[in-house]
Amino acid sequence: MAEQYTYAVARIRAKELSLLGRQEFDRLMACGSYEECLNTLHDLGWGDGDESTGEEILAAESSKMWTLLQELVQDRSVFDVFLYPIDYNNLKAAIKSVVTGVRSEGIFLPGGTVSPELMVQAVEKDDFSALPEKMREPAKEAYQVLVHTKDGQMCDVILDAAALTAIKEAGSASDNKMIRAYAELTVAVTDLKIAVRGCKTGKTASFLKRACVPCSTLNVDSLISAANRGPEELFAYLANTAYAAAAEKLKESASAFEKWCDDTIMELIRAEKSNPFTIGPLAAYLLARENEMKSVRILLSGKRNRISDGIIRERLRETYV
Amino acid sequence: MDINNLGVAMALLGAASAALLAGIGSAIGVGMSGEAAAGVVTEDPGKFGKVLVLQLLPGTQGIYGLLIAFITLSNIGILGGSSDVSFAQGVMYFFACLPMGLVGLWSARRQAMASVASIGLVAKRPDQFGKAMIFPAMVETYAVLALLVSLLAVSNISKIAI
Repeated sequence: MAEQYTYAVARIRAKELSLLGRQEFDRLMACGSYEECLNTLHDLGWGDGDESTGEEILAAESSKMWTLLQELVQDRSVFDVFLYPIDYNNLKAAIKSVVTGVRSEGIFLPGGTVSPELMVQAVEKDDFSALPEKMREPAKEAYQVLVHTKDGQMCDVILDAAALTAIKEAGSASDNKMIRAYAELTVAVTDLKIAVRGCKTGKTASFLKRACVPCSTLNVDSLISAANRGPEELFAYLANTAYAAAAEKLKESASAFEKWCDDTIMELIRAEKSNPFTIGPLAAYLLARENEMKSVRILLSGKRNRISDGIIRERLRETYV
Repeated sequence: MDINNLGVAMALLGAASAALLAGIGSAIGVGMSGEAAAGVVTEDPGKFGKVLVLQLLPGTQGIYGLLIAFITLSNIGILGGSSDVSFAQGVMYFFACLPMGLVGLWSARRQAMASVASIGLVAKRPDQFGKAMIFPAMVETYAVLALLVSLLAVSNISKIAI
């Protein structure tokens, strides 16, 4: 029922006014130092005012965003499609920390659908029944692979593929067009990255087949076959797909490609600006905020490392507002 | 049973339909736009006045329905105490009330959707309030046309001797 989000969407419209636009980014760019940037962020209402590092400010903003979204939707599972990467990343960390016996602080990302403690317990007991159904099998397989072969890369491949499958399934199950398109784009773009990296590092077809997940806008078999024939064949194949622009960016650099991915997602969600109902504008706000935080992280990192403004600007993402 | 005894019942059914359907439409519409208005006021209480006007726009259909029902009740003598309405006139009253009832129901809901969109517009661009008002107000045109048709018909049925 689209009408159940009427209140939520109106509230999000009012919140969108506080998203950072071009002017705010110009103001941040004009800051002479990292510390000045932090002060400007505080002036713009970011953080709670008592944070002393950029990461603390970003964590506070992420927490504020999730508090708001949880307040607006009764069932948080509508956002699962955006949280699966966090879940599977935490699962990787849980498996590796248990198998290696190294327990480091801060290895888990906050905000997933499954608590990291539950994952650690499941791995320690070698009993994955407490995890969500779709996570059990890949978790068990990744754990067994790491225990028996110590092959960390294969462990990652298994869990990354499982994350992509979960995203794809959640996208297909959604009745929202934007969420479906987001899931498809995420899977296709990740397949593309895998194929390009696999091509450069000479991975076998069977390895790539294990890592890639089928999607509607890319033929995975043709992609893998092209990747195995070399970079020229791969880019020639991509030029005839919906991801020709992505291939051009990949030729340029990895960071140009990453920027293209984020800018394409911004393009995708822009249609939600004129949608007064459905979950779409809420999901768009979530992605816009994440994109904004990514840009702020890039900017802060650039300022801290005294990278030139020109290079920082090149890497800043398109804004939603 | 004399069929003419059913005339007043038919006319009453028409009056009830006008008030009922248009009232339901307005209740749904005002409720829906009220949710959106509350969402905006949660974040910015200063916009209360502007969003309140937009919330009230889908409420007019209910008032139009009440007006048609009131005139019908008056014309058929229900309010006066004695009633002399033939079956044919009763059926005519019934059909005369339908435009307001049906158009009121549908237009209030559609107007509410336009109001919700306009509330979103005001949330982001309060300076565009005047334009935001126009979009839902356009839907009002059709409710007014239905009101006019029902009003003319209901007012003149008593002059027809059938």
